[in-house]
Amino acid sequence: MPPPRHPFRAGFRDCLPFVLIVIPFSTLFGVVARDAGLDLLQVMSMSVIVIAGASQFTALALLQDGAPVFVALLAALAVNLRMAMYSAALVPHLGRAPLGLRALAAYLMVDQSFAVAVRRYEDSPEMTLSHKLRYYFGCMAVVCPIWYGCTLAGALMGRAIPAELSLDFAVPVCFIALLAPLLRSLPHLLAALVSALVTVGFAWLPWNLGLPIAAIAAMITGAQAELFLRRRTRKEGFA
Amino acid sequence: MIDDTAFWSLTLALGLGTFLIRFSFLGLLGGRQLPDWLLLHLKYVGVAVFPALIVPAVLWPAALDGETQAPRVIAALVAVAAGLRFGPVGAITAGLATLYSTQALF
Repeated sequence: MPPPRHPFRAGFRDCLPFVLIVIPFSTLFGVVARDAGLDLLQVMSMSVIVIAGASQFTALALLQDGAPVFVALLAALAVNLRMAMYSAALVPHLGRAPLGLRALAAYLMVDQSFAVAVRRYEDSPEMTLSHKLRYYFGCMAVVCPIWYGCTLAGALMGRAIPAELSLDFAVPVCFIALLAPLLRSLPHLLAALVSALVTVGFAWLPWNLGLPIAAIAAMITGAQAELFLRRRTRKEGFA
Repeated sequence: MIDDTAFWSLTLALGLGTFLIRFSFLGLLGGRQLPDWLLLHLKYVGVAVFPALIVPAVLWPAALDGETQAPRVIAALVAVAAGLRFGPVGAITAGLATLYSTQALF
């Protein structure tokens, strides 16, 4: 795929579908947080300071259960550990950017922008650093304002959303929408399968520890499957 | 009720910790070249992490106190199939539509 002529606009456009999930997800956080007894300033501070929905839900749920602060903190940080892997995966693409821009990219790093941006970088290898940065911030220009705005809307609405709408299901559906376009080769499929199976196998572990174990097992599976396929094609090439 | 001190110490620590996680490799490694074996594994970060977030949320949803319910499992499977065929928007619309229609049936 050739590099986009207007990378910022292309990023904005490619991330636009995720509006459909960021809206319910962030609204839901606002509603749930008000429900838990936080005031408006507290709800908004959390969304602006942390911008990581899954960990915000985790921290809130544990505090509400009366867990000690450090337990809630460890669990929420464990949920976010996956972003260390995103951070590493972005190094080959954004690593040469100035420190300030890298810090801004880090603050804005969310599942959506990561998944969409890395997929585009791999599809258009000729993109320059400036293209890649503009594309990345284009993605975030969709997700970030909506994240803030809808948290506020949710916090103002409070309990007006009925539980029958099962809005919590927007969370896994969001991750499915991010996952499906990435499943484009046999190694990718195998890695996803291993991740799912290992997660179920280690579900008994506390503090979400099953997540990093499953992720590492899946990455090794994907890499090994790719190496195996490469070796096989090479052999066939010689035959 | 959540205690104010507990809330603010948690939020500030979580914000700082999360930023450090996000900044880790991008901040420290900068323009340095990563070894090939690491790049090979990093290609699979997305497919390795998302299933580990999806599966427990579908099988043991917190909103139902961890009880497995058929409509959510069916809706998730439909969402995966629709996502493979039609992309992200397909996954979201098919997933939520299936959840609501199966909830009406069960």
